[in-house]
Amino acid sequence: MKKPLVKVDVIEASSKDSKKNSRRKFLKLGGLGLAGSSFLLYSCSEDDMFNPGGEVVGENPMPEPDPDPDGEVFDLGSGDVGILNYAYALEQLEAAFYTQVRAGAYYSGASDEEKQIFDDLYNHEVIHRDFFKVAITEAAGEENTLPDLEFDVSSIDFGDRTSVLETAKLLEDTGVGAYNGAGDRIASATYLTLAGKIVSVEARHASAIRSLINPESADFAGDDVIDANGLDLAYDPGTVLADAGGFIATEFTANNLPEPMTGS
Amino acid sequence: MSIIKLLDDFTSEKLTTKSTSRREMFNTLSSFGKKAAMAAVPFGLASNKMNAATMFQENSAVDALQLALTLEYLEAEFYIKALESGVLDGYSRAETAYMQISKHESAHVEFLKAGLEGAGATPVEKPTFDFTADGAFDPFNENGIGQETAYAQLLALAQAFEDTGVRAYKGQAGNLMNTPFLEPALQIHSVEARHASEIRRIRGLDGWITGSMRGDGMPEATQAVYNGEENVTQGGVDLTGLTYADDIVGDLNAAITQAFDEPITAETAVAIASLFIVDDSSM
Repeated sequence: MKKPLVKVDVIEASSKDSKKNSRRKFLKLGGLGLAGSSFLLYSCSEDDMFNPGGEVVGENPMPEPDPDPDGEVFDLGSGDVGILNYAYALEQLEAAFYTQVRAGAYYSGASDEEKQIFDDLYNHEVIHRDFFKVAITEAAGEENTLPDLEFDVSSIDFGDRTSVLETAKLLEDTGVGAYNGAGDRIASATYLTLAGKIVSVEARHASAIRSLINPESADFAGDDVIDANGLDLAYDPGTVLADAGGFIATEFTANNLPEPMTGS
Repeated sequence: MSIIKLLDDFTSEKLTTKSTSRREMFNTLSSFGKKAAMAAVPFGLASNKMNAATMFQENSAVDALQLALTLEYLEAEFYIKALESGVLDGYSRAETAYMQISKHESAHVEFLKAGLEGAGATPVEKPTFDFTADGAFDPFNENGIGQETAYAQLLALAQAFEDTGVRAYKGQAGNLMNTPFLEPALQIHSVEARHASEIRRIRGLDGWITGSMRGDGMPEATQAVYNGEENVTQGGVDLTGLTYADDIVGDLNAAITQAFDEPITAETAVAIASLFIVDDSSM
């Protein structure tokens, strides 16, 4: 099976900035393996049919990870900038995923309907991603903007419809839960509304993907994600980064994200 | 407080012309006494970090929830009546969707009522709804329009209600900041978006909104639901002028408008809902 590694080119616009240049962007196999295993568990509980690449975590060498070898791992930051960087990380992941989907064998043989959905999702996530880059850079400066991440999507079989759709479902549902769980941590009403403008589009995506997986069912807003009060997912950043972490090859930290305003 | 009074307040010309912001409008019409405002914590999400006095200082949170409850009453009753109408084929995709959505909307009604009561506020009463909009529609085939047309209208109204719900909750998020209402409201907001996507797809549309297009087969009366969705400037950034690191497929402008859903004000949400509310305050 092919194991494509998404290499998102890091644009070093400020190549004169020695601090930024020295920021390490590396495959951190230890942390990746751990995060990947949590992703495997999550996926298997969702759908036994979904085996992301049949990857065995133990195959990876697992050196004792040094979380911050030179003290220059990017931290998402604090306050609203931290939350924006957190969202930016997820949008980078989604955009990279859909870019790979559209380059894969499943997509090239997919129905027109499914192709169009993946074209749209790709467009939306690329737009979200590049919007965040500009918005965060303007608000906080390039040195405080999350760099372009690299992703390891080797666990996904881009030739297999089930693998692609289940991963899309995971990413979209996780995105919905992430934005919902982040809302109460945002201090600015403008950013809160912006997050609201995006999360409902992610929810529309999740619904469409779920409906492709199980047509004519209630899964578009299934009981696995909507509780008895009719409430959707809401995840803490820790949960989200654990779920998404298996795909993220560039190390960063999230040590200063704001707590919920109301403690809810 | 009657629903009609609430709607009157929201739509009062005096208020809307005077206000410079939604928050100020809510302040002006704040109709809940301080006693109610100071009262306990809603949704059972009590937090010792929360200061109820601060939370309801302006009462905008309670007003936002009353608006949400009104919209949920509308949706809940619509789906119940739709399922009872016989217009939907048994075990069809539409019936399956309506059953699931109905369950959620009825749960939202109960959840919001409990939350308001928990906050010491009296939930607005359920209005009398007229889903024919004074004879413009016959979604339940009660007046003999025929199953086929009734079915089309039933789906069109569901789309309008769900897309309105998404926009209305989004518009109220700012009024719920720093309250324990915010997170559950966001959780309802995304459920409405999941609903909207499925209803739109059943109707043969994309799950997302392009420009301000209401979509094929949507009555012109629903255009207010979509006006403003054509916005391409986010956070001060004109997204049509951005250089994207990866090429956008197809029409950039269309893709940008799809990628962001836009809020509507309380006034707009009320104006839309009012089409389906009978003013029985004189009865």
